[in-house]
Amino acid sequence: MAFSDTDVLTVYAPDYFASEWGPGPSIEAAFEKECDCDLQFETGDVLARIILEGSRTYADVVIGLNTDVTKKARETDLFAPHGQDYSKLTLPINWTDDVFLPFNYSHTAFIYNAEKLSNAPASFEELVSSKEKFSLVIQDPRSSISGLALILWIKAVYGDRAESAWEKLAPKILTVTRGWSESYGLFTEGEADMVLSYTTSPAYHIVAEGDRTKKALIFPEGHYLMMELAAKLEGTDNPELADDFLAFILTDTFQNLIPTGNWSLPAALPKSEWPKDFKELPLPSKVLFYSEDEAASLRDEAIEEWRRALSK
Amino acid sequence: MLEISNLMATNRDFTLLVDLPPLEPAIYALIGPSGGGKSTLLALLAGFQKLSSGQILWSKRNISNDPPAKRPIAILFQENNLFPHLSVERNVALALTTQKNLSPQQKQTINNALDRVGLAKHAAKKPSALSGGQQSRAALARVLLQDKPILLLDEPFSALGPALKQDMLDLVSEIAAEKQTTVIMVTHDVLDAKRIAIKTIFMHTGFVEPPKETAALFSSPSELLSAYLGKT
Amino acid sequence: MAPRSIQITACIAVSAFVFLPIIFVWREATHSTSFGSPEWSALRFTIKQAFFSAFLSVILAVPLARALARTEFRGRNLVVMLLGAPFILPVIVAVLGLIAVFGQNGVLNGILMFLGLGKISIYGFQGVLLAHVFFNLPLATRMLLFGWQSLPNERIRLGQSLGFGAWPRFRFIEFPMLCKIAPSAFAIIFVICLSSFAVALTLGGGPKSTTIELAIYQAIRFDFDFAAAALLGLMQLTLSMTAALTALSFAQNDVMGLGLDRPFVAVSRCLGESMLDFVVILFFVGFLFLPLLLLLVQGASGIWDLPGSVWSAALRSILIALGATGICLVVALPLATRVGELVATLGIAVSPLVLGTGLFLIVRPYVNPFDIAVIVTLCVNALMSLPFVLRILRPEVETTQRNFANLSEALRLGPWAKLRWVLLPRLKRPIGFAAGLTAALSMGDLGVIALFGVAEKATLPLKLYQLMGSYRMDEAASAAILLLCISVGLFWIFEKWGQWYA
Repeated sequence: MAFSDTDVLTVYAPDYFASEWGPGPSIEAAFEKECDCDLQFETGDVLARIILEGSRTYADVVIGLNTDVTKKARETDLFAPHGQDYSKLTLPINWTDDVFLPFNYSHTAFIYNAEKLSNAPASFEELVSSKEKFSLVIQDPRSSISGLALILWIKAVYGDRAESAWEKLAPKILTVTRGWSESYGLFTEGEADMVLSYTTSPAYHIVAEGDRTKKALIFPEGHYLMMELAAKLEGTDNPELADDFLAFILTDTFQNLIPTGNWSLPAALPKSEWPKDFKELPLPSKVLFYSEDEAASLRDEAIEEWRRALSK
Repeated sequence: MLEISNLMATNRDFTLLVDLPPLEPAIYALIGPSGGGKSTLLALLAGFQKLSSGQILWSKRNISNDPPAKRPIAILFQENNLFPHLSVERNVALALTTQKNLSPQQKQTINNALDRVGLAKHAAKKPSALSGGQQSRAALARVLLQDKPILLLDEPFSALGPALKQDMLDLVSEIAAEKQTTVIMVTHDVLDAKRIAIKTIFMHTGFVEPPKETAALFSSPSELLSAYLGKT
Repeated sequence: MAPRSIQITACIAVSAFVFLPIIFVWREATHSTSFGSPEWSALRFTIKQAFFSAFLSVILAVPLARALARTEFRGRNLVVMLLGAPFILPVIVAVLGLIAVFGQNGVLNGILMFLGLGKISIYGFQGVLLAHVFFNLPLATRMLLFGWQSLPNERIRLGQSLGFGAWPRFRFIEFPMLCKIAPSAFAIIFVICLSSFAVALTLGGGPKSTTIELAIYQAIRFDFDFAAAALLGLMQLTLSMTAALTALSFAQNDVMGLGLDRPFVAVSRCLGESMLDFVVILFFVGFLFLPLLLLLVQGASGIWDLPGSVWSAALRSILIALGATGICLVVALPLATRVGELVATLGIAVSPLVLGTGLFLIVRPYVNPFDIAVIVTLCVNALMSLPFVLRILRPEVETTQRNFANLSEALRLGPWAKLRWVLLPRLKRPIGFAAGLTAALSMGDLGVIALFGVAEKATLPLKLYQLMGSYRMDEAASAAILLLCISVGLFWIFEKWGQWYA
């Protein structure tokens, strides 16, 4: 704040993103080096805050929205087109949204400990109908993004038979937690055989802990894609700076900070340039994804099916 | 005969020493300054507190290690002598039984005791519905049924007005005479002692003077006793 | 006590702090809302789990309080003090501890497997009850222990001299006391469990264990359905206040566990009873302290390796806790009346999520909520402790009032002189206890950060979640231990201060 004429770019981000263990601080440093500006993260519940603030929001840019909320976010009419060239994107699907710009992705997956579980199921169907007493920890789709992704995943794999798949899965579910952290904590405590997480989760254990026992189950039925997105606010006081930041998101500098900062895959970086351990991660060959309209029309019904099946 | 010999007990910061000549059945007043150990002595006799040394004999039998209920002793406290949630009849009945159902014979006995203290009409009431004097009487009725040869009174009537208190003292006196009870009565009031106690024991921080004839004691008090009584 | 005008101001301020946010959330609503079957089943489950949790906590507290009341042993005072620990634990820490003992891989299942007895599961309805009993059994025990210690000495002695055995002693002496204290203990715990959220979500096992608070969470954070959030919030508030009113109508002048080190009245017990008391104490001490002990063993060594930012977050949390304690006590004193206590009860009746959202809407037009996150956190923490503080303070304030009102009047002491020379010195012990409780509860609270957010200003519990959210589970366990130690430490310091020369 030494220079009062320094432009301030206010970015709303989820708490984990801007925390010292997230990618936020290094992204901030890298961008400030280029822009001669002050990037400030304001953390918290990003979209809820934007909706409550309406057009009076302080945000110039938001980062860390999920594909599940883009429809709600779009309906606020508070966001402006990002104007970036999406041909740079290296996503496993074709993404052509002019408002929401993806910066990373991963897939839902069940993580298990290869030392403890020798007979890991080879497909989703095997997991669902296996007579083995696998125990799973999952997240609540009503309070967690990954939990919601799971019910869409099952919907995508099983369609109309989703409810019966849930019924078969129900006895194997040890518990349902509010968020990802609680689930993953239970898993690392050894409470369950598998936890609902991401295909990129093993990378953390490999890179940070040198532990190669945590693996993702890769299913031939496919895995549900999860992306995090950024967007520019229509009412920003700093449209040029905001555009610069969105452009920065697609640069190699930014993208290279994603794998070991966010423990996910960069959205605009060819696989050949990923860190070695990420290149070696087993990834699904088939990717499942619902557009926001499809997801919105399926959501309530899918949650209700889940609720019914697990309440029995 | 109650014998209290070389009784010693230690409370946090003071030691009580009591050695008395054998006490014949009679009413004894126990007077002395507050904190002098009067209540402690009663607690020791009743068995609520353990002796460090010495012994208590009743009819030559050592009762020092008996639990309270096994001792030949009944006691009335300054307050809380009745259970507030039980009727007068039930309170009195506790001297005989803790069973729910009373036999006709027990009922008769209880009724007689209540009659004796003038409360026959109030058997079904809760203690809170009684006056202070009536509450004392109800407690006394229970003591009657406990039928113990020794009765300890820890200022149970001190909250009553003068006339009521006199009535109660006279009642105790009557009963004691009837049953040949040994009564030890803690009091701060010289008049109480003079009214019913044949002998009075003066207790002064931790030690005890042997019982003396009440009248004689107060007519020629010792120096300590005069200091306690103040100018009269 | 305080002049009437201050009393009324305090009541209005607290009510406004709770109701204005609800109104603001309601105003955000763009459409009307109504309850469907998921909401009704959440309501049923919420009531059901709160009822059984409170019932079990009180029933189990009876043998424990009784054993503690009549057993003298070395470290008894320490055990009674530490009884406060589970109650002030952050949920996430407690859940981790419970899992270490009762989880699939826990100590208990280890023993059961070794004995060939199969496994038990902590997940499901039983897990919710277990966790709630773990949190609230100590509270119930402290309340009942107070009941035992306030039994008139004479009554116990009368029982002894009438030769009461265990059963008549219970029936004639202890049961009537329990009838007075147990219902209010039950009602207080019932209210606490009504707003339980995290416990039900981690150990509940699935959607069967959905509470109203989860429905509010979903409405605000996922559906942005503010009408539903406000309505659910009001429903929870009404439910809690009804239960609290019932609690207060039962509440005698029993205190939440003061006077615990009063001289001990020995009760003669037969050998069997003494042994039983010993076993009861051992069992419950194990149940309450083993989870904490295991956490300590697992995480303590890592504390010194925690990064500096965690330590500065700890310092920040301590400052927030102290600030919240100050605010809470200042507001609590003028509220120490019957009406005041009822108003204070709003503090546990209101949904923190609705409160946070409403406060955000109120301040947003004037300041950046981000800038006042700390102040809001202070106030919310103070509010949430207010009901407990008043339960502790009010009986003592009223007793002091009764005993010294005439004397103070006769000496013509003004309100401030009275506060300075009569009330505060007389209330030192309950204030110490209340302050310890508030400080400890504030340490573990996440406050309203969901919307207000704090990045560089993170508190210790938030750091803990950040660690967990970035896969650092071991460091999170160490941070949890740090949090535990600071919470219990603050509680201990304040309680000791209160007993000093008091």
